Amino acid sequence: MEVLTPRTLDEALRLKAERPDAVPIQGGTDVMVELNFDRARPAALLNLNEVGELRGWSRENGSFLLGAGLTYSEAMETQLAEALPALAEASRTVGGPQIRNRGTVGGNLGTASPAGDALPPLLIGDAEIELASVRGERKVPLTEFLTGPKRNALADDELIVAARVRAAAGPQTFMKVGPRNAMVISVVSLALTVDRERDEVRAAFGSAGPVAGLVTTPLTELDGFAERIAAAARPIDDVRGSAAYRRRALSVLTARAVERCLQ
Amino acid sequence: MTTTARRLELGRVGESVKRIDAIPKVTGEFAYSSDLFAAGMLWGHTLRSPHAHALIAEIDISEAVGMTGVHAVLTHADVPGAKTYGLEFPDQPVLAFDRARYFGEPVAIVAAEHPEQARRASEQIKVAYQPLEPVVEPEHATEREPIHEGRPTAGHGFRDDDRPNVVRTIVIRHGDPDAQAEVSVSGVYELGIQDQAFLGPESGLAIPDAEGGVDVYVATQWLHIDRDQVAPCLGLEPEQVRIHLAGVGGAFGGREDLSIQIHAAMLALHTDRPVKMVYNREESFVGHIHRHPAKIWMEHRANRDGKLVNVRAKILLDGGAYASSSAAVTANASAFACGPYAVENALVECTCVYTNNPPCGAMRGFGAVQSCFAHEAQMDKLASELGIDPVELRLRNALAPGDSLPTGQRITGSFPAAEVIRRAAALPVPEPEELPRDPLRLPGGSGNTTRGEGVKRGVGFAVGFKNVCYSEGFDDSTAARVRLTGSGDGLAAEVHCAAAEVGQGVVNVILQTARTELDLDDVVLGSATTSSVGSAGSASASRMTWMAAGAVQLAARAARDELARRGGRLGPGEEIEVERVYHHRPTTPLDPETGQVSGDGAHVAYICAAMRVVAEVDVELGLTRVVWIGTAQDVGKAVNPQAVYGQIEGGTAQGLGLALMEEIQTRDGLITNASFTDYLIPTTLDMPPVDAELVEEPEPDAPYGVKGVGEPPTVVSTAAVVSALRDATGRELTRVPVRPDEIVGLD
Repeated sequence: MEVLTPRTLDEALRLKAERPDAVPIQGGTDVMVELNFDRARPAALLNLNEVGELRGWSRENGSFLLGAGLTYSEAMETQLAEALPALAEASRTVGGPQIRNRGTVGGNLGTASPAGDALPPLLIGDAEIELASVRGERKVPLTEFLTGPKRNALADDELIVAARVRAAAGPQTFMKVGPRNAMVISVVSLALTVDRERDEVRAAFGSAGPVAGLVTTPLTELDGFAERIAAAARPIDDVRGSAAYRRRALSVLTARAVERCLQ
Repeated sequence: MTTTARRLELGRVGESVKRIDAIPKVTGEFAYSSDLFAAGMLWGHTLRSPHAHALIAEIDISEAVGMTGVHAVLTHADVPGAKTYGLEFPDQPVLAFDRARYFGEPVAIVAAEHPEQARRASEQIKVAYQPLEPVVEPEHATEREPIHEGRPTAGHGFRDDDRPNVVRTIVIRHGDPDAQAEVSVSGVYELGIQDQAFLGPESGLAIPDAEGGVDVYVATQWLHIDRDQVAPCLGLEPEQVRIHLAGVGGAFGGREDLSIQIHAAMLALHTDRPVKMVYNREESFVGHIHRHPAKIWMEHRANRDGKLVNVRAKILLDGGAYASSSAAVTANASAFACGPYAVENALVECTCVYTNNPPCGAMRGFGAVQSCFAHEAQMDKLASELGIDPVELRLRNALAPGDSLPTGQRITGSFPAAEVIRRAAALPVPEPEELPRDPLRLPGGSGNTTRGEGVKRGVGFAVGFKNVCYSEGFDDSTAARVRLTGSGDGLAAEVHCAAAEVGQGVVNVILQTARTELDLDDVVLGSATTSSVGSAGSASASRMTWMAAGAVQLAARAARDELARRGGRLGPGEEIEVERVYHHRPTTPLDPETGQVSGDGAHVAYICAAMRVVAEVDVELGLTRVVWIGTAQDVGKAVNPQAVYGQIEGGTAQGLGLALMEEIQTRDGLITNASFTDYLIPTTLDMPPVDAELVEEPEPDAPYGVKGVGEPPTVVSTAAVVSALRDATGRELTRVPVRPDEIVGLD
């Protein structure tokens, strides 16, 4: 297996264009599991850890630009946690400290698992995903970027550069249900915000359908919102939980999250 | 005269001693079996059946043998000696021939220069399978075609149950099994498949000795029984196979059966090169046996005063594809089915069946875990029916020395059941914590799911017991060798014992015993190997402390006596070397018809524990936080108290795992969660602090009065945790692990 290690984004894009079969790797918390369990043997890895442009975050016109290489630990630091509290709370639920130091928001987007913990918080933040290739750049709303379980809109020659997210315009929270109290893949999760600028409630669920899903409602029409969320989900029975439980839990989480954010 | 405090490492029996392997294990310097290396070694890989049940028409290795780096591709045809092996019955093929009986059964093995080459070569082995309908429902296994030809476990003095696929049936009739009483409660209980989930995967290194023999370095629980299974399959004499203990990364019963031993030795002898094998995590989940899943029907009849009159139990265990230690697990599940309570009348029927599910065998608690979950749920139910406090009900029925078990065995040694109940019940239960609090201190933990909404608190109690040492006539003796040499002005000693250090701390027990008996600091422990000392028996059945201390005590006293004969001194170059074998008191089989003891009795001694659990349950989401655990355990005598507390905490965590989350899931016999992503074990946020009380009532037959400590916490904690969950939720919760669905009422 070849490991390609570009130093700049331009170089990374050139390599990705030459080697569309190269699997991008950042923290490796998903990719290495696939390799170790012998589920994938890619011809090449594109190691993005040396690409400075993907690191960190910046502020642009009230939005936050989160580099694809932003780690969960970084998302939990005070400045970001104050602006994007649901993402910080979600990051807190990811693995243990070692995993949070390695795992990245870009990796969560690349894997596009319905259980990706960062996805519901990004959805309630109206996230747009910035993609780049040697052909140019494009922005795709997260709702369109996620196309199916572990499928996304990324072309073979493209890389995820960043996620552009609106800062919280009101209280937010994130909740994740798992059968143990830490280090667990979500059985079902929910991010919710009361958006005071738009006078609406935005909620997004994870692990309750083929992709993480977003449901919004005007603040004046909150009655029955928990049931609407549960109805919008399309959960399945799997080793982690039953569809019936996921629906029930989603409804409980939504009611609690609304109460938490309206207090 | 001055006295100086002895260094912590040099402690005698009864002192808390720092484990000699503690620092290397914590710093990562300890060499586990997966760290072994030999110059020029090859890597072995196992090809496994993707089917739970299939006939094997043909195995074509022609492509695989020619691949780059490949040195050997072996199948059943290459097994030099016996084609099958097993702990109790040789029903398990070294490599599958004719038929694969479980998902992951080894079919072929490959040795190559690089593990990846071995893996790729194994993919090119063409096995012509003809899939068969797997037998996956234990309740119907006896109505299906036999999975094994013949009846591998028949004719061993067991009850004659000639239905297909029966591993063993035990029926215990005690008193009048039809006796009636004033009240009756009944229930049906189920347990899923628990895995030992040790962190160190199966691994080892086999090195040919250039004289036709082989040395195998492996993580195991009983070196000599490995040798006695490996040698016949290799067609070698026992002395030609030397098994050496490599660093064990956890065992819990899962290393009693063989894993890589024969395979690595075959590859090494075939290639005349050292061969290393290491399972990956997924392979480990299919590469060892599990705890038997069970379905238990139980009825308790009692009088209004709470006195038990009759217990009727039917227990069904799923043994999976091969016998392993199922016959002994069946005996334990039935012998302890009524709990540590005096019952005049009982009818216990226990059957273990063969299926095409994952093979099951030994795991910490060994049959008693399953029964305890059922009998303790029944005791709570009875307490509620009678309006008697659950602790008081247990005290009124607690077994005591002089009482008999339903097998008719009289309890002759120490058995402080009432004392452990009183001591555990007396531990102060912590007050509920105030709200608001950090979500980490609420059900759901880091998932941030509640600020207190839906949370109810419950308190549970349970008592459990089991036996120490092997039973039913098995003489699991332990040998130890002590060598005394002159050293300067004084003496030095070296101790050899093949007891497997599996993390439980037996190395310290051996050293503490030797230092105590020899009254000497300068004692070293040789490595555990079949080549230098007789069998130690298994690090199982909570027996290793008792048996190792017994053997080392015998050998050390013999060496001391010899020293006295020589005037109490050894000159330079002089030495004394003695080996002694310690036997526990003999046991005898159960009568196959009545399940009653014959002769001396089926068991050597008993150990019990009581536990109180406080849990908070989010009843709307079905999530749990166990807040506090208090326990009192009958330990006989704590040789190394610090290690005893460690065993109690670890054993409790393992039982808590079964109560709340640990389950191997299968679909048509295939394991669907063979990873630590989906087979969950408790984290530090799931496991509360444990207040443990040691009840030291010496066992009259045992060295220093010791008993065993590894299993009782696991036996009792599953039952105790679920008892707390029932108290919090008001639901029956008859199956473990308890699923959130059941707590919120979806099932």
